[in-house]
Amino acid sequence: MEKNYTISIYTENSVGLLNRVSAIFQRRHINIISITSSVSEIEQVSRFVIVVRLTEAAVKKVVGQIEKQIEVIKAFYHTDEETIFQESALYKVASKSLFEERHIQNIIKESHANIVTVNTDFFVIEKTGFRHETEQLYNDLAPYGLLQFVRSGRISVTKDPMNIKALLTKFND
Amino acid sequence: MKIKKNISGSEALIHCLLEEGVDLIYGYPGGAIMPFYDELYKFQDKLQHVLTRHEQGATHAAQGFARVSGRVGVCVATSGPGATNLVTGIADAMIDSTPMVCLTGQVPSHLLGSDAFQETDIIGISTPVTKWNYQITNAAEIPEVMAKAFYIARSGRPGPVLIDVTKDAQFDTFDFSYKHCTGVRSYKPLPKIDVTAVDAAAAVLAKAKKPLIVWGQGVILGKAEEEFKNFVEKSNIPAAWTILGVSAIPTDHPQNVGMVGMHGNYGPNMLTNECDVLLAIGMRFDDRVTGSLDTYAKQAKVIHLEIDPAEINKNVDADVAVLGDVKSTLPLLAERVASKPYTEWYAAFKKHHDIEFEKVIKGDLHPTKDGLSMGEVLKEINRASNSDAVVVSDVGQHQMIACRYATFNHSKSNITSGGLGTMGFALPAAIGAKMGAPDREVVAIIGDGGFQMTIQELGTIFQTQAAVKVVVLNNDFLGMVRQWQQLFFDKRYASTEMVNPDFVKIAEGYFIDSKRVTSRKELGPAVDEMMASDKPYFLEVCVEKEHNVFPMIPSGASVSDIRLS
Repeated sequence: MEKNYTISIYTENSVGLLNRVSAIFQRRHINIISITSSVSEIEQVSRFVIVVRLTEAAVKKVVGQIEKQIEVIKAFYHTDEETIFQESALYKVASKSLFEERHIQNIIKESHANIVTVNTDFFVIEKTGFRHETEQLYNDLAPYGLLQFVRSGRISVTKDPMNIKALLTKFND
Repeated sequence: MKIKKNISGSEALIHCLLEEGVDLIYGYPGGAIMPFYDELYKFQDKLQHVLTRHEQGATHAAQGFARVSGRVGVCVATSGPGATNLVTGIADAMIDSTPMVCLTGQVPSHLLGSDAFQETDIIGISTPVTKWNYQITNAAEIPEVMAKAFYIARSGRPGPVLIDVTKDAQFDTFDFSYKHCTGVRSYKPLPKIDVTAVDAAAAVLAKAKKPLIVWGQGVILGKAEEEFKNFVEKSNIPAAWTILGVSAIPTDHPQNVGMVGMHGNYGPNMLTNECDVLLAIGMRFDDRVTGSLDTYAKQAKVIHLEIDPAEINKNVDADVAVLGDVKSTLPLLAERVASKPYTEWYAAFKKHHDIEFEKVIKGDLHPTKDGLSMGEVLKEINRASNSDAVVVSDVGQHQMIACRYATFNHSKSNITSGGLGTMGFALPAAIGAKMGAPDREVVAIIGDGGFQMTIQELGTIFQTQAAVKVVVLNNDFLGMVRQWQQLFFDKRYASTEMVNPDFVKIAEGYFIDSKRVTSRKELGPAVDEMMASDKPYFLEVCVEKEHNVFPMIPSGASVSDIRLS
């Protein structure tokens, strides 16, 4: 059965590694739902968070291929239940609607979104949460006119420990 | 080591090669790699360079060299087309796990991304087909990156590495010192051996009544021929091979039951679906070995000895996976197994062999028809070489015939393009093989199609006088495709008939001794003459035009649906 899996990849921070990792998905005709790259809890170690929809058998093989790459330290896959995950979204709205449409203020309040900036022309709202929450806010704001909308890829941490540091120290034992 | 003060990146590259024990490289010069070639000129006495006639030839020659010698093959090319011409050989080395380091020149770093003359993103292009690749834009990076390149290419499951060096990094100077790479923190070439897995494998084997070993190139790459032979003999289990595994033990070993796969032997294929334990050793269950996975060895418990964790459960689920270098795991398993006679089980192989002999082998090796068969050419080569030769085959019918019928006394003797199926492989690979094993006889077996894909390497043979014996089995067809057209496409021979030139004249044009054979009575003496020569030799054998290779497992069928005609 296919479901969403979050693949977390700890890597060396090197040029071209994203290409090497994404090629593994491309070659198997797997669509990446979202991808995020950032620093990790360990200095000099990067972390990719990739969301894909696959069977467990398929995700296992993909993770095996990813781990095989020289500069990949370790890769994991997790179900939604095994992770804490969020996405961030930014909504840019014309300022006049904030003042003219009282309803907008209620939407913002009820959604627990933050106002990042306000000026005479536009204001920007930030909402971090689950996909359905950022989508709900999108649907609520859309009738008033969204000047711009953008959402980040999933970021996620696992409920279980990863122990990458220990792994790195004993890697070549 | 002593620091060499203020040397150029190019000179540093050469010192790195020398430090890694390289004394022979294959390549082709051009603009962006000229600083390197200029330094090479000064080191000719220490580092021989073979000028191939095309960069693809350089990669295959480096592969042939690596496969016979167990050393890392090295090839060099310039940027742009030089680099892209390496891609086929790199992909071939990747899928066949051949240790190789490719050096490419690149435009100066300030021009990267500007669509400069002969600029191509070879790092991007080669990424999916290299074990590792890296672009050097700063001369000071050279020693560490080169040390890492060789370490990665040869360690664990070997593979190709490409290092792209910008022209400015070749010119720039720095203080050079070299340290061999002994580890990369994110890379674990040898998985830790789990002795409980070995125990579990032994427990499965202890109950086996009809076990079958299928071994692959892992035995050869792991330099584990002795350990493998000991295990095979201690356990007395029948052993079958993949085309890259053959020659790890002598062909005439009594426990050798033949080749698995699409054109393998009848017994090991049929009995794959009758064995109770399938013991896979250093092989990766390629689809050409397994046929349909849905019907592959479903009745058997599968034990998989493998160095690459990504291969476990990739195609065939293992009941017991023993991760590790087979050189280490085989002795552990050997300690834990007892010999059993398997009398009836061996008799089943014999029975299948007898059927195959009657229906296929007899006709291939002892044809009664007028036309020459490819099989009888191999039989003559076996005879004349006493099974001591390295056989380098190209891709197609002749390859399957060569792998089926060539006999070997020594390991690292069957050099062929297994996973990628690269036509044009054999001629340049044979040059590399001869240079990697100069004391051995090297015979290339090539079809008329594949020969013309890299025919220009006759020029390399002429220039280097590499004493390669080149045998072209000419049937004026792209034979394997024609066979499929005959069997599966109602004989619609679309673009498979070849109108060929006079190959002997072409060889003569390169001043290579040559002969054409069209009849049975000429064949033996011609092969003798070829083998007696200590120079390069070209032999064209005109074989029957529409011969088919059997047995055959039709693509996607089960191993037990193997056809004998």
